Amino acid sequence: MQHPLNTAEFPGYSRPEVINSKKMILWLFIVTIVMLFAAFTSAYIVRKADGEWLLFSLPSIFAYSTAVILLSSITMQWAYTLVKKGLIEKAKPLVAITFVLGLTFLYIQYIGWGELVDMNVFLGGDSSNPAGSFVYILSGVHAFHLVTGLIYILIVFSMLFSGKITKEKSLQFDLCTIYWHFLDLLWIYLFVFLLVNN
Amino acid sequence: MSSSDIHIHDHHAHSHDHDHDHEHHELPWIRQYIFSEDHKIIAKQYLISGILWAILGGLFSLIFRIQLGFPNADLSWMKPVLGEWIQNGKLDPEFYLAMVTMHGTIMVFFVLTAGLSGTFSNFLIPLQIGARDMASGFLNMLSFWFFFLSSVVMFASIFISTGPASGGWVIYPPLSALPQAMSGSGLGMTLWLSSMAIFIVSSLLGSLNYITTIINLRTKGMTFDRLPLTIWAFFITAIIGVLSFPVLFSAALLLVFDRSFGTSFFLSEIYIGGEALSNQGGSAILFQHLFWFLGHPEVYIVLLPALGITSEIVATNSRKPIFGYKAMIGSILAIAFLSFIVWAHHMFITGMNPFLGSIFMFLTLIIAVPSAVKAFNYIATLWKGNIIFTPAMLFSIGLVSFFISGGLTGIILGNSAIDIQLHDTYFVVAHFHIVMGSASFFGMLAGVYHWFPKMFGRMMDERLGYIHFWLTFIGVYVVFFPMHYIGIAGFPRRYYSWTGFDAFNSFADLNQLISIAAILVFIAQFIFIFNFFYSIFKGRISSLNPWRSNTLEWTTPLNPEHGNWPGDIPHVYRWPYDYSKPGHNEDFIPQNVPFSQTPHSNFPHEKDSNE
Repeated sequence: MQHPLNTAEFPGYSRPEVINSKKMILWLFIVTIVMLFAAFTSAYIVRKADGEWLLFSLPSIFAYSTAVILLSSITMQWAYTLVKKGLIEKAKPLVAITFVLGLTFLYIQYIGWGELVDMNVFLGGDSSNPAGSFVYILSGVHAFHLVTGLIYILIVFSMLFSGKITKEKSLQFDLCTIYWHFLDLLWIYLFVFLLVNN
Repeated sequence: MSSSDIHIHDHHAHSHDHDHDHEHHELPWIRQYIFSEDHKIIAKQYLISGILWAILGGLFSLIFRIQLGFPNADLSWMKPVLGEWIQNGKLDPEFYLAMVTMHGTIMVFFVLTAGLSGTFSNFLIPLQIGARDMASGFLNMLSFWFFFLSSVVMFASIFISTGPASGGWVIYPPLSALPQAMSGSGLGMTLWLSSMAIFIVSSLLGSLNYITTIINLRTKGMTFDRLPLTIWAFFITAIIGVLSFPVLFSAALLLVFDRSFGTSFFLSEIYIGGEALSNQGGSAILFQHLFWFLGHPEVYIVLLPALGITSEIVATNSRKPIFGYKAMIGSILAIAFLSFIVWAHHMFITGMNPFLGSIFMFLTLIIAVPSAVKAFNYIATLWKGNIIFTPAMLFSIGLVSFFISGGLTGIILGNSAIDIQLHDTYFVVAHFHIVMGSASFFGMLAGVYHWFPKMFGRMMDERLGYIHFWLTFIGVYVVFFPMHYIGIAGFPRRYYSWTGFDAFNSFADLNQLISIAAILVFIAQFIFIFNFFYSIFKGRISSLNPWRSNTLEWTTPLNPEHGNWPGDIPHVYRWPYDYSKPGHNEDFIPQNVPFSQTPHSNFPHEKDSNE
């Protein structure tokens, strides 16, 4: 929905927006998340340089979750191109698949945490070390954002059914796709970061 | 304009949304004044919350000032209010620390961030760039109510039995991380962190909106080189906020995990009562890095809006173009850039590599250059101007005075070697209270005096404004100037009492003077508060453009409705500082006057473009 006060509904407002305001707000929101993780990962590097750092190898299961979320980005992009062609009906199952892949990703992350615990790498407690805690924090905060992404997908999914998203009017779908790709890229960054630094 | 007209105008594009859109002309009272999406109402909500917080923050400072000025006095008379925090006529030392902490937190975040940016970014951005409202009125409303929620949580923390957070506004671990460390590190700290997390969300929502609005919704002709300097300042402030507040969020989150989930990000090798804690491998210094990566830009989040407001008021009331418009923009950009790479000057004595200290010292001192550009430009604008001493103008000049006198001590403090002596002394307290606290506070007051007629359609009383200014201006110097001497002597900040150290006894009367002055300055603020609330209802009705100013907000009706302009939004043809332009019959030419209407004052290159 466009804001009633900033569109052509008020005569005399003729200047077209440089970039759609909602899209810009989303991009700026992404910048804030980038800064959040930039802070976490630079804290990681600074802390690691101090020594007293538990060395362990990242459970290989995180490679599977990375593959799953990569796949979900592909299905989301596929759905996006279909929506852009007006093929709403064909896009619906792809959005559903994306959602399921997102849930699968979260489940695999959960299993990954279990494997970390089996390796005696803990979030907190007497034998915990920031090296391990950081893995939980990074993946956990990412998972939290992924949940918001999943909620967004659900909203967009229901909009596909109620006809609020059409070929001409697909802003919410565009935004959802951008956000989902960002969450995908963010995890890939974190995965590579943890691989390189462990 | 009726909503049925609107319906006809774009029948195609928005047919789905019309059920919602119809309602905004006859909103119920609660949507108009409480859960409003109108940027002007939201600005007033921020302003009034800011004023209430400022009273509370000021009151807290009086409590610890009374302790510092009169350490032997019987404080039983405070017992009805403070209850158990007064024991045997003495202030509880932990409560003293809580007051110091809450004073800092409230003033920095709730008054000078939310109260200043929240009020003036919201109020002035749409009005000065020629927009109907913010890019997203809904997010804007959400931003205020998140702020309100965070205020409620912070306010509640004052009343709990263990007291509010007490580890200083910088909440360094391990003090803030361990509930055993002090009573304020228990529930009070948990509430502090919750409140700040919500506050960060609120601040970010606001900033996203400000940036998007300024980029997207400028009226025709309002190019970036015609933006008033207020808008430039708000714009850059919002960008700094977007880049730095998430970092504070990360620090707060890690601290929450250390406190509640047994992690050791900031904790290592700690003994309490002879017993070792299990935490291993953490680094308390890491927290300082994360905190000051926000903490230093935060200084400019607080100060830049005040400087922007001052630019506007100084030019208007000197009846002269602002001196060095582009240099002003450049210096804002330079300050913003530098603000991100100087944070470690708060940490010179943490044992950091002296070479690294030299780099941060060098970068810190460079900030003096853009700051000096600004100070010089203010003075050059005043020079030979037809100065009109409105209360807003006086407060702006007061800001320039603080900016210079407080900035000079910044050059001293920025030296890593001198910092060994001055770190955490009253010299630091004096420095930042003048350059950041008082300067920003004066900017805020100047803004209120200047834009009050636009906010409420009435004028504030000028005579009370003058009295308020002189009492506050002199008072601020009497309060903070002596602190330089106390600080050079080595008296540390945040100490409950110095009576244990003979060396500091000679400062007893100076401390008394400061405390008395602080009380008087605080009382003087009620002149303003009376003036403010009285004038809302009983002030003289304002004219449309009482300061004969150039910017667009003065082209709106006296009490603009939601949407700001009843008809078309005015177009912009010139920069906002055409004051006293030779050849023109008046000493100001508003931004919406085309060059074709001012043939006698145009420079050769000034022609209306054929857009």
